[in-house]
Amino acid sequence: MKAVITVIGKDTVGVVARISAVCSKLNINIEDMTQSIMQEMFCMIMLVDVSGCNVDQAVMRAEFARVGEDLQMQVNVTRQEVFDAMHHI
Amino acid sequence: MSMINTRDIMETIDMITSENLDVRTVTMGISLLDCIDSDPKIACEKIYQKITTKASNLVPVVEKISADYGIPIVNKRISVTPIAMLLGACPSADPVEFAKTLDRAAKKVGVNFIGGYGALVHKGFSAGDKRLIESIPEALACTDIVCSSVNIGSTKSGINMDAVRMMGQIVRKTAERTADNMCLGAAKLVVFCNAPEDNPFMAGAFHGVGEPDCEIHVGVSGPGAVRAALAKLPKDAPVDEVAELVKRTAFKITRLGQLVASLASEQLGVPAGIIDLSLAPTPAVGDSVANILEEMGLESCGCCGTTACLALLNDAVKKGGVMASNHVGGLSGAFIPVSEDDGMIKAASCGSLTIEKLEAMTAVCSVGIDMVVIPGDATAEVISGLIADEAAIGMVNSKTTAVRVIPAIGHKAGDILDFGGLLGYAPIMPISQYAPDVFIHRGGRLPAPMQALKN
Repeated sequence: MKAVITVIGKDTVGVVARISAVCSKLNINIEDMTQSIMQEMFCMIMLVDVSGCNVDQAVMRAEFARVGEDLQMQVNVTRQEVFDAMHHI
Repeated sequence: MSMINTRDIMETIDMITSENLDVRTVTMGISLLDCIDSDPKIACEKIYQKITTKASNLVPVVEKISADYGIPIVNKRISVTPIAMLLGACPSADPVEFAKTLDRAAKKVGVNFIGGYGALVHKGFSAGDKRLIESIPEALACTDIVCSSVNIGSTKSGINMDAVRMMGQIVRKTAERTADNMCLGAAKLVVFCNAPEDNPFMAGAFHGVGEPDCEIHVGVSGPGAVRAALAKLPKDAPVDEVAELVKRTAFKITRLGQLVASLASEQLGVPAGIIDLSLAPTPAVGDSVANILEEMGLESCGCCGTTACLALLNDAVKKGGVMASNHVGGLSGAFIPVSEDDGMIKAASCGSLTIEKLEAMTAVCSVGIDMVVIPGDATAEVISGLIADEAAIGMVNSKTTAVRVIPAIGHKAGDILDFGGLLGYAPIMPISQYAPDVFIHRGGRLPAPMQALKN
């Protein structure tokens, strides 16, 4: 069960650390990661495995949203199937 | 990212977070044919039991899919067999009791609308039809989330002009009955020609007799995403490129709907019905079909060129969506409800969009005159005349057309009716007040066109 975590916003110190800390706490394994500046915004994309996640998906989502609020960045967690459906034939 | 391209990921996230991409509705169609009973009390009890059993998990399951996958799913709804079919079996019943039962059952399972308080009378009236139609004003006034639709014509059967005459009166009465509440009743009433039997969108959703016992339909949306894609296209790009871009975007949007349909069907243990490939606007800024037409190069929706742009849009949405889904159905095309579309509201307010132009637009899109507020002094015959015109466009072009107008009882031209929520708000639009009375009072059945003879 793979998901993609996207973090978008004004660059600040500790973004990777904060997001990774939540992953570690919830037993979410980070498989791949990329960072770039797109449209003058910092943008980080993490491919993670949420199969072993130790809380409900809604709780997980709330955790990441809270960190997003703290960082004043937009954090989204979206299942890989969504991207596969939309971008692969 | 090894599996997925970064640009694709960001495009999807942008569509969801800033362009209002969502799955507009997951609608469960439930047949009530096995609830028919000559005792109306028993019939209503069976209806309540069936709806609350079949749809007991609908809302939690759909909300969980939304949370698990990160896909916004806006509405959960139910459509049922047209109630007139159940009413035929109990001649002494009060039809409004059936409406109240639907309202109670729908609230119990937590959906936001239930459709099917209606009748199919395109060729004539059967046992329960007239009683149901006459009860609509009261039924919509004393329920909150029940929606009503009546099919008064089809390409195959022609137009039932007796029903057209009746519906003009019913639309007016429904507005009068809810005059103290923005005439809201009329916003929950649709008069159709060629009504689809598997439409997931309100207010016109009902569960046709050819449908299975229970099924799941999904209505996709995303005008904001289409507009945003077109905004990146150079202003001198030929229309072929515009059509291609709409197609590609519609494909992506529909694939999202198909994913939700498959998941919902599997998790609810109910067969998947159809995907409705529609661009359904909301009053949210940017989530507008009118803005898409303007992005194509019109100064304001309703100006000359609007019908051509809408034809292009409607066609490209279907072509893009059809490959993305297993079964296409419902209305499938671009919606043009005035009060539910920020761009349409602006165009109607500044005068660039008129009812006459809207009527032309309905010849090339998937719906009809939708969520249009007309002056409160428009007579029942004028409304019937508008219904007849729309039905004629649908009948001749073998497409669905509909009329959902709100006569603004007690308001003057220039006033605004605000329905709140997804139903939005709209200025009162002028309509020709010359009388079609003699024509409307003739009654009878307008013959089906040659297009009906396909066999």
